[in-house]
Amino acid sequence: MENYKSIKTIKLLALLFVLGLTIASCSNDDDDHDHDHEEELITTVTYQLSSGMDIVTLEFQDIDGDGSAAPTYTVSGPLTANTIYTGSIELLNETESPAEDITEEVEDEGDEHEFFITSSISDIIVTKTDSDEDGNPIGIESTLVTGDPGSGTLTIILKHEPTKPNDGTSADAGGSTDVEVTFNIAVQ
Amino acid sequence: MKRLIIGLVLTIYGFSYGQTCNFTFLGELKDFHDGSSIESATIYIKEKDKYIVSDLDGKFKIENLCSGILTLTISHIGCETKTVSYEINNDVFKTIYLEHHLEELNEVVVNSNLKTEETSIEKSINKAVIENFSDKSLGDALNTISGVSSLNTGNTITKPMIHGLHSSRLLIVNNNVRMFDQEWGDEHAPNIDINSGNRIEVIKGANTLKYGSDAIGGLILVRPKKYMDKDSLFGSSLLSINSNGRGGNVNTELVKTYKSGYYGKFQTSYKQFGDFKAPNYYLTNSGLKNINMSLNFGLNRFEKGFDAYYSVVSNELAILQSSHIGNVNDLVAAINNEEPRIVEDFSYNIDYPRQEILHHLGKVEAHKRFKGFGKLTLQYDLQINRRKEFDLRRGDLSDTPVIDLRLFTNSLQSNLRIDYFNNLKIDTGLLLRYQQNDAISGTGVSPLIPDFDKYDAGIYVIGSYNLNETSEISAGLRYDFTSFKADGREDNTNWEEAYNYVSSNLSYSKQFNDELSLYLNYGLASRVPNPSELFSSGLHHGAARIEIGSLTLNKEIANKLIVSLEKNNENFGFSISPYYNYINDYIQLIPTGITTTVRGAFPVWEYNQVNAQIFGVDIDVNKKINECFDYNGSISLLKGDNKTENIALIHMPATNFSNSISYKNDDLNQLTISLNHKTVLQQKRYPDYNFYTYNATLQEDVYVDISSTPSSYSLFSFNSSMQFKAFKKGNIKLEFNIENLFNTSYREHLNRLRYFADELGRNFNLKIKINY
Repeated sequence: MENYKSIKTIKLLALLFVLGLTIASCSNDDDDHDHDHEEELITTVTYQLSSGMDIVTLEFQDIDGDGSAAPTYTVSGPLTANTIYTGSIELLNETESPAEDITEEVEDEGDEHEFFITSSISDIIVTKTDSDEDGNPIGIESTLVTGDPGSGTLTIILKHEPTKPNDGTSADAGGSTDVEVTFNIAVQ
Repeated sequence: MKRLIIGLVLTIYGFSYGQTCNFTFLGELKDFHDGSSIESATIYIKEKDKYIVSDLDGKFKIENLCSGILTLTISHIGCETKTVSYEINNDVFKTIYLEHHLEELNEVVVNSNLKTEETSIEKSINKAVIENFSDKSLGDALNTISGVSSLNTGNTITKPMIHGLHSSRLLIVNNNVRMFDQEWGDEHAPNIDINSGNRIEVIKGANTLKYGSDAIGGLILVRPKKYMDKDSLFGSSLLSINSNGRGGNVNTELVKTYKSGYYGKFQTSYKQFGDFKAPNYYLTNSGLKNINMSLNFGLNRFEKGFDAYYSVVSNELAILQSSHIGNVNDLVAAINNEEPRIVEDFSYNIDYPRQEILHHLGKVEAHKRFKGFGKLTLQYDLQINRRKEFDLRRGDLSDTPVIDLRLFTNSLQSNLRIDYFNNLKIDTGLLLRYQQNDAISGTGVSPLIPDFDKYDAGIYVIGSYNLNETSEISAGLRYDFTSFKADGREDNTNWEEAYNYVSSNLSYSKQFNDELSLYLNYGLASRVPNPSELFSSGLHHGAARIEIGSLTLNKEIANKLIVSLEKNNENFGFSISPYYNYINDYIQLIPTGITTTVRGAFPVWEYNQVNAQIFGVDIDVNKKINECFDYNGSISLLKGDNKTENIALIHMPATNFSNSISYKNDDLNQLTISLNHKTVLQQKRYPDYNFYTYNATLQEDVYVDISSTPSSYSLFSFNSSMQFKAFKKGNIKLEFNIENLFNTSYREHLNRLRYFADELGRNFNLKIKINY
């Protein structure tokens, strides 16, 4: 009798184990394709500068995100000296099809984002022309004024949750960096 | 019908009573385990109202018995009293087995020096200490033991570390169930409500093979209380409130026991804290919310019994907001700034980043003893761990977790203890385990850990042999098989691997006199790479690094030797435990280069394997100064080396020591006052993984100092308690404590958020405990 009881216990435990396995394997079926798209990924940063027919495009592209492939930097041509350009930034996620426009999200959350555009060429002056709901700049739209010819770099930084307003530098704004890309540019 | 039978029985009884009264009953008393004779047991003959005693061979004789019922009540020192009935209608010989071992009962009478294994090298904390840490975590409580430190992420996530090893290298066993709660991550704290345990043991050696092969660092056992079999109902409630974090904890437990051996326990606790405060600023987003419940019932009889346990732990943990950073330049800014970048007023809000974890644990255990053989235990357990991590995200995704993983584990195991032989005890058992990870879709990022299935099977045998009265030797061998099947990152790139591994241990203990004893322990442990080491791939915010796992990692193999000399005495006692651990193919995460992404530059950290050695010594001393004053002190020294590259190992605890003086007066409501001190020296031995990175804003290379360690610090704390009688049987205990008495600003190098903020400042704590 005693033995019979313990055999019953063994059977019960074995049954529970099998039951556990079954529950687990059933629940597995509800999502077998977990390869979610990287919904937040920014693969492409484009800064288009136009002054009438004079259009210069700076493009950063990194299709595999944090993956091993190195990003590409494309600058369509030199900027013209002593010229006023209208600048516009576009952020895309090209892993989605069609490509997702992330610029819109940044615009919607303008008070939590800000672009900082700086150049090593001291003559270049960038002014942000758009503003968020609190009247602080976002930087999607800007004007860029070139001075004398020269060459150097141009860096675009997007901060998430920066201090707003700030003194115009990314260092003062703090926050966490969503974009930081640097292009080699020339002014002729 | 029933009446008829009773009537019939009475008639037969009455009839037979008038019959002959010349039967003889010969009895023999034997030990249930080894069949040895039990002499001098008292036998009470109910029908004759007479006492007799068993002879040297455990035998006894009752003559001139009339036919009918014979009821005997047998009692003996060290045995459970047993009552047996026989129907007598001729001469009878019966062997009666008595339970002569008190191992089960010993655990009720809380023995100060009770060990999991006779020969293991362990330290434990009792219920009083656990209650002291009622509103803290397991890691915080264990931190008080020499040789145990913790790896923290901020102040709410505390992972215990034994001799410099943590995560998958420690086995945490809760109520005899090995915890599987995604313990592989550095920022994944064990999901245990400290209030649910009665006693926590830390085994520093790699022995106790019963629970697994991979205890390279050691074991942590959270044990429940065993209850006496008497009819009783009791409980306790504890309320703890704190100035720092403006929160606390309330815990209630209720226990019902029955004479028949049945018992039931219900326990629940609720904990909430808001933003904690460092001496100079609030740690914005550092609170937590925690709800726990556990239910336990069973039957605790010697010959057979069962135990059912269920616990649920729900944790919501805030992580310092300033620790979410974008790239290396943000990290440099954080390191260079004295204060965290976000400091706001106090709030109970739990914002981003945060973790939400729900852990279910259930088990059923049954045991049965066989005469002259041993005890068989069977156990089935099941755990479900759901982990969600929320990070700062854009747009609609802000309420979607970046990590959403569900880990399901269930196991079936048996243990057979053969205690039939006089000096030899054998434990052997089997384990079957199935584990499944489910990366829940909908996070909008590719999962940190992919879907996987893991199958484990293990078999072990451990023998303990008493060489003589004072020394014991124990040896064990365990073989495990693990098979992994994982989904690849891309479709159709599934990955499969199987591992075979062996572990063993050999230990010896010697008792020189009542107080002084020596323990020697050698253990071979093997560990299979964990999912994080295998599959990691991607950006880790907060650490500003990209972590890459490797599918080609081998198993880790450790050889650990530990010796302990212990003197157990109230007036003057000590324990000195030196150890040496050599780990082949030690898996570590180290920086290997820099990669550029749209967010800027990131260092890439990859998992690789080196040979490592860790050695050190833990020393504890206690001394009674006089009737009222006691002194306790401890020191831990540790050195970790990467033998492959001849440099120091990363993240090794620094030398630390503590002193405490306590005053106790039993006459004055059991007043205790103690003053404690702890110093942690600066870790001067660390591998230099610093590097330069280009800062586009400054247009220059900047130095990224991620390796340098914070300076030494000393902390003082004050504890006091008093106990008052209340109600009929109950009492009230009041406690008043101050932590970080001098509000010292400091940083700890084993805190992953040390780049961002100071540790906690002063805290006033008040505890009220009611026993009823």
